[in-house]
Amino acid sequence: MLKIKNLHASVEDKAILRGIDLEVKPGEVHAIMGPNGSGKSTLASVVAGKEEYEVDKGEISLDGEDIEELSAEERAHKGVFMSFQYPVEIPGVSVTNFMKTAINETRKAKGLDDMPANEMLKMIREKSELLEIDRKFLSRSLNEGFSGGEKKRNEIFQMAMLEPKLAILDETDSGLDIDALRIVANGVNKLKSKDNAVIVITHYQRLLDYIVPDYVHVLYDGRIVKSGTKELAHELEEKGYDWIKEEVNA
Amino acid sequence: MDLKDKLVSSFMAFENTVDIDAPVHDVRSEAIKTFEDEGFPSKRDEAWKYTSLNSVLKHDYSVFPKQENAIEYSDVKKYFIHDIDTYKIVFIDGKYSSHLSQTTHDGIDVCLMSAALSKPKYRLIIENYFNKAATKDGLSSLNTAFSQEGAYIHIPKNKLVEKPIQIIHFSTGNESALMLQPRNLIVVDENSHVQIIERHQSLTENPVLTNSVTEIFTNKRAIVDYYKIQNDKQSASLIDNTFIKQKRESHASVHTFSFGGQLTRNNLNFYQNGERIDSTLKGVTIIGDKQHVDHNTLVHHIEPNCESHQDYKGIFGDKSTGVFNGKVVVDKIAQKTNAFQANNNILLSDKASINTKPQLEIFADDVKCSHGCTIGQLDDSAMFYMRSRGIPEKEAKALLMFAFSNNVLDSVKIPEIKQRITKLIANKLGVSIGFDL
Ligand SMILES: Nc1ncnc2c1ncn2[C@@H]1O[C@H](COP(=O)(O)OP(=O)(O)O)[C@@H](O)[C@H]1O
Ligand SMILES: [Mg+2]
Repeated sequence: MLKIKNLHASVEDKAILRGIDLEVKPGEVHAIMGPNGSGKSTLASVVAGKEEYEVDKGEISLDGEDIEELSAEERAHKGVFMSFQYPVEIPGVSVTNFMKTAINETRKAKGLDDMPANEMLKMIREKSELLEIDRKFLSRSLNEGFSGGEKKRNEIFQMAMLEPKLAILDETDSGLDIDALRIVANGVNKLKSKDNAVIVITHYQRLLDYIVPDYVHVLYDGRIVKSGTKELAHELEEKGYDWIKEEVNA
Repeated sequence: MDLKDKLVSSFMAFENTVDIDAPVHDVRSEAIKTFEDEGFPSKRDEAWKYTSLNSVLKHDYSVFPKQENAIEYSDVKKYFIHDIDTYKIVFIDGKYSSHLSQTTHDGIDVCLMSAALSKPKYRLIIENYFNKAATKDGLSSLNTAFSQEGAYIHIPKNKLVEKPIQIIHFSTGNESALMLQPRNLIVVDENSHVQIIERHQSLTENPVLTNSVTEIFTNKRAIVDYYKIQNDKQSASLIDNTFIKQKRESHASVHTFSFGGQLTRNNLNFYQNGERIDSTLKGVTIIGDKQHVDHNTLVHHIEPNCESHQDYKGIFGDKSTGVFNGKVVVDKIAQKTNAFQANNNILLSDKASINTKPQLEIFADDVKCSHGCTIGQLDDSAMFYMRSRGIPEKEAKALLMFAFSNNVLDSVKIPEIKQRITKLIANKLGVSIGFDL
């Protein structure tokens, strides 16, 4: 589904990603771990189409189609979704209004009519129940004054609404207490199918107890320096990243 | 001959067309002298530093209306708020159009200035109120000198006027260039409530310059809500001089929506002559091209325990320019005044500009006054966030801008106006999303 080949990306001439190779197939869950500042969020943003980052080299394709030249919204229309590490506050736009606009613009891009209002309401009700989100919450301005946990839960609510093909969850677990973590993980698992894929970016093993990865990659200094199965995540939890850094630097 | 000379020398001819015995004759004669002395403001005047009238004064305007022109309602329906029942006072090229209007004398007077100026039964009101709020600056005096037509609204006490009143000025372009001087007088007596919508609309590309004066008097506990829709053609310019004198416990609000026209200058002045008065001044400006909108506001707190709320939002694209000059004066005896002022702006291009200047003159010591102005760009991270959810760039921009101006719409009390403004904003931003959620 997603193929990344020798991806190099920079911002303001500062190289951040320095040769990433990654292949994600339908039905798979990949975890990306690594120390702070290694480029995890940058990788997620580059795949989602953030223009601030310059792709200097390499390829990104989705279902065989090159997507580097596509805008963020075109990638979203093709089923790419990123849950933000730091969701942005948008005063004056309610969660509901935002979601309706996102869904209908995506439908428009596919040549479909707007989703009928009652269908939309039903979907909003179902998905907010899935993530145990209070109805009142949906009429509030997007992310404005939300707690860290509320923001993350809201990200997964949006994912549930948009039903993406490829979801990249960037540190969705940070800021969540254990109950919220379970709700969010449960939400993600309910949305999993053999046709879609998830990339989970995390620091901690604990989310991976709920969303079990098929592969675990370690990103360090803009490269994937180690890949393995879920056991690698346990090893990292126990031993930290220093041994990886030593291995790389040796 | 320049426009000033032309106006001064046309005054005699104008006076011959109107009733010279009317009590306002002396007021007009006085006013033309003031205009002769003062002339048009120039950039040397502090209050006009950022707005030059040169480009709009250069046309050879026909300076007072001569002939009656007709237009079909179906051709101009879209400029009316037509989905609710309203009174209408409509003018075409400065002349009253009975065909398009719906006036009344049933318990309230919603009619014409020309009638009020000439008929004895209005004499007392005219004597008490006409030209009693307007300042004697050059532009207002010019309007006073040529004052003849406009809306006359008198609401006696204890009337809740359910139907809003629309005042609409059309110009047909039958004159190659036209200058209009509409004059409105609105007197609202004790405990009464009225809502007014005002619009100036040119129907062709011929230059139009409107120099309008509106005087509003709100007596004890009266409520006036006034909405100005400024979305005129690129060839039309407007100088709007509005003066509101409030008596105790009255509430007056003016919402100004500026989306079009070549040059728009709003001189909006509130005078609080009593205690527990509330004044609200709000505006949304969204312009592009080389359009220019200047909001020049004054709130004069003369008595204690009053409030004023100002909130102006501006979005400027292309080479457009904006000015906000908000003056708040709190007299020494006006203790316990609450005066708030905010002016927030977004510049969409590096060729667009805004000059914003709060001017607080506070002579009382026990007051709460705040002011704040911001100038920013659209937030890139918000843009990416929205686009990553599938909202295209243009729509994402529009949604952000709408959200930015939204709280000004919150205080619009007529739902149909809110809808209309929302549509105009969407239109202005070039998107078809209805922000109606
Ligand atoms: N927009 C940016 N401008 C400048 N530097 C950036 C930007 N985005 C990321 N970086 C830098 O790139 C490196 C990787 O950042 P990031 O992708 O956020 O790492 P991670 O998510 O793994 O913690 C860091 O050194 C960070 O400071
Ligand atoms: Mg990160």
